[in-house]
Amino acid sequence: MEHIDPSLIDWSRAQFALTALYHWIFVPLTLGLTFIVAIMESIYVKTGNPWWRETTKFWMGLLAINFAIGLATGIIMEFEFGTNWSNYSWIVGDIFGAPLAIEGLMAFFMESTFFAIMFFGWEKVSKKTHLLSTWLVAIGSNLSALWILIANGWMQHPVGMTFNPDTARNEMTDFWAIVFNPNAYTKFLHTISSGYVLASLFVIAISSWYLLKKRDIQFAKRSIMVAASFGLIVSLFTLTTGDDSARQVALNQPMKLAAMEGLYDGKTDAEIVTFGILNPSKTLKDKQEPFLFKVAIPGGLSLLSYHNFDAYVPGIKQIVYGDKEHKIMSTEAKIAQGKIAVKALTNYKKAKKAGDKKSAKKAKDVFEAHSQYLGYGYLKSPEDVVPNVPMTFYAFHTMVGLGTWFILLFILILYTTMTNELHNKRWLLLAGIWSLPMGYIAQEAGWITAEVGRQPWAIQDMLPVGMATSSISSGSVMFTFWMFALLFTGLLIAEVKIMTTQIKMGPKEESHV
Amino acid sequence: MFSTLTYLQLQEYWWFIVSLLAGLFVFMTFVQGGQTLLWSIGKNQEQRDVIVNLLGRKWELTFSTLVMFGGALFAAFPLFYATSFGGAYYVWMAILFCFIIQAVAYEYRSKKNNFFGKRTYELFLFINGSVGIFLIGVALATLFTGGNFVVNNMNLSHWTLPTYGLEALLNPFNIAFGLMLLFLSRLLATLYFVNAIENKEIVEHSRLTLKYETVIFLLLFFFVIGSILSMTGYGYNPESLVVSAEPIKFWHNFLALPFISGSFLLGTILVLIGAGVGVFSKSDKGFWSAGVGTILVVTSLFLILGYNNTAFYPSLANMQSSLTIQNSSSSHYTLKTMAYVSLLVPFVLGYIIVVWRVMNRKKISVDEVKNNPHHY
Repeated sequence: MEHIDPSLIDWSRAQFALTALYHWIFVPLTLGLTFIVAIMESIYVKTGNPWWRETTKFWMGLLAINFAIGLATGIIMEFEFGTNWSNYSWIVGDIFGAPLAIEGLMAFFMESTFFAIMFFGWEKVSKKTHLLSTWLVAIGSNLSALWILIANGWMQHPVGMTFNPDTARNEMTDFWAIVFNPNAYTKFLHTISSGYVLASLFVIAISSWYLLKKRDIQFAKRSIMVAASFGLIVSLFTLTTGDDSARQVALNQPMKLAAMEGLYDGKTDAEIVTFGILNPSKTLKDKQEPFLFKVAIPGGLSLLSYHNFDAYVPGIKQIVYGDKEHKIMSTEAKIAQGKIAVKALTNYKKAKKAGDKKSAKKAKDVFEAHSQYLGYGYLKSPEDVVPNVPMTFYAFHTMVGLGTWFILLFILILYTTMTNELHNKRWLLLAGIWSLPMGYIAQEAGWITAEVGRQPWAIQDMLPVGMATSSISSGSVMFTFWMFALLFTGLLIAEVKIMTTQIKMGPKEESHV
Repeated sequence: MFSTLTYLQLQEYWWFIVSLLAGLFVFMTFVQGGQTLLWSIGKNQEQRDVIVNLLGRKWELTFSTLVMFGGALFAAFPLFYATSFGGAYYVWMAILFCFIIQAVAYEYRSKKNNFFGKRTYELFLFINGSVGIFLIGVALATLFTGGNFVVNNMNLSHWTLPTYGLEALLNPFNIAFGLMLLFLSRLLATLYFVNAIENKEIVEHSRLTLKYETVIFLLLFFFVIGSILSMTGYGYNPESLVVSAEPIKFWHNFLALPFISGSFLLGTILVLIGAGVGVFSKSDKGFWSAGVGTILVVTSLFLILGYNNTAFYPSLANMQSSLTIQNSSSSHYTLKTMAYVSLLVPFVLGYIIVVWRVMNRKKISVDEVKNNPHHY
């Protein structure tokens, strides 16, 4: 392995995090709002009531504003695997490129083709064809999420491949194992359902604002009814898929689970922390308490992770330093095996180039005996496998706490809408408005939990981020980081200004200069 | 179906798919060409609105084709994806920048309180159409002229110059190739305006502009094709995979691959017929002839680049690092699996054509744009 400048790794990660963070502001809303407008348009087609047509058109207008910036921030994500993670692109491109290409073919064309009918085809096609187009845009955007999360799920839990020492890369051996990777579909269901929750919060927040301002009341009530019903169903679904997702983490990424829970010492009957403040001076090697304060449910983590109160949940220390009793291999031992694999691979390539078949076979045998830990061979110390614990812990708990609040909010709003009291409940309308930024925070927190919690791995246990970057100067990446930071911030300001102006104008008209 | 194909046949099949996507993408750049003509053909606000709204119904297809082109390269030829994108960093980043600003420009252009102002979004469209397409042309030209990269024995690559791809701008062939693509996109755009806009002034102006665009395009085209036919290319031994320089390699390829040469010639003729129809007749169908011609020409050029044991991305730093369809592709299993996925391509093309016909049944007019509450 060639020497990689640590600041290059940091800037490459920063740039990817920046673009993903911005992209993830817009995508969840698109995922959910496409379905909400499709539901509204379905009501229009079924009832023939033009009110529903106007309601659909208003939310569609806001969807278009969001959709555009989602595309703008999305195109860079795909290409960044090549520009900033070129080693990654070779080492796992044989597997990772496939879902990205399928996403383009199956989802992007569907979205972009039927998007044109959805916005400009009201007078050009029949009602039913238009409705079909709207549903196809919704399905297309969610199909896009499916393939991206198959790719991401594979990064979290790599399956269906083998390392080929001749090409020095991982190669696909089982396409269906990748497609049906349990990590991928739990992630997919959790991610899209959380997107639906955000879209419901979006519709509720804007409608609540209209009700507070005592304007567009019928429109707002209709919209809230759809959004709160949809929101309640999907938020409960998000809860169950979140549970499945956490179980996958427990099975495949125990370090991430330990970081999510601030669990330094493994135990049976492990508690789940519902609220806690981490001890900032806690380090891996000392014996300080990890929490300054916590509220915990005994046995909760064992139960949720392994469906058994008595199950043993390993802590950060056990994963780093090993635990003979529970047959956990230390990271130091894995690194040692990994270094043997790295050396054997180098020897194999040298022998092969020299035409020395005997040495090549010997090196290949050594490599294959240790290849399981190849990725560990690129780590410097056992402690490198510990992610940023506070960031992972707080992000996870923020997401869960807010998710719980959203369920309660949907129940309250749905109930008061059905009893026709909502417009008089000022506090609930305000809560509806303030829950929208909370929804965005929950989205980003979920993403941080998933991605920060698996550091230092680009591919779990297989490829550390330090080995995955492109060989370019850190100054180049720093330059483009700031370029995109400025551009995306400018575009975000534009998006928010346009969106708020459209909302203020209301459903009666769409504003143009 | 694909199970019986050899590894090499699958590599050739995937190079064909990538080539076809390149052809479709270049055809779809009529959107970008149109964006550069916004101010010269659109003489007043109404006309500019019509042009923007016409192109705004197609821009996402071009965008998706570009993403698909990237995705197919990643899935089928990951070493090219890693080497070119990770090496010619500044060029690709500049291209991405040009496409990011396009993605918001249509939707935000005419919205109230849009922060940057209408003219800025129109400028975004212009930059995307001119700089974006020119740079894509330069990047594609380096497939003929090469890049300064080295691939090590672990197949990991790095660029040898600190300019990370910008040095390609010093090569006249690359510049001419970029400009050729730009003027081809403008040529196609004028034909599309004639085909899809109901406005006498815009159509007349488009036909007039088409004349100049065609002349400039043809000058650049003949220079580029002449250079390709006379340049030294890089071939490789299919057994040992050793790369060596070969004078007039692409001329040899044209001779060795008559079907592709025929398709190239046919494409060229169709582009000329399309332009001729646009300039000399009252027909509005020139766009289709030039469009099909463009797809044929670009696809054929890509096939000439990768077939017949040719290094499709030569390394100027170390000849043996040059990329070929054999040394840069995905595994046999992945290519075979993805070949089955590629069977979706005709289905996707099918629904795109159906929707295109529905949406373009009636030409766009000033009134339609004015009366549509959701316009760009």
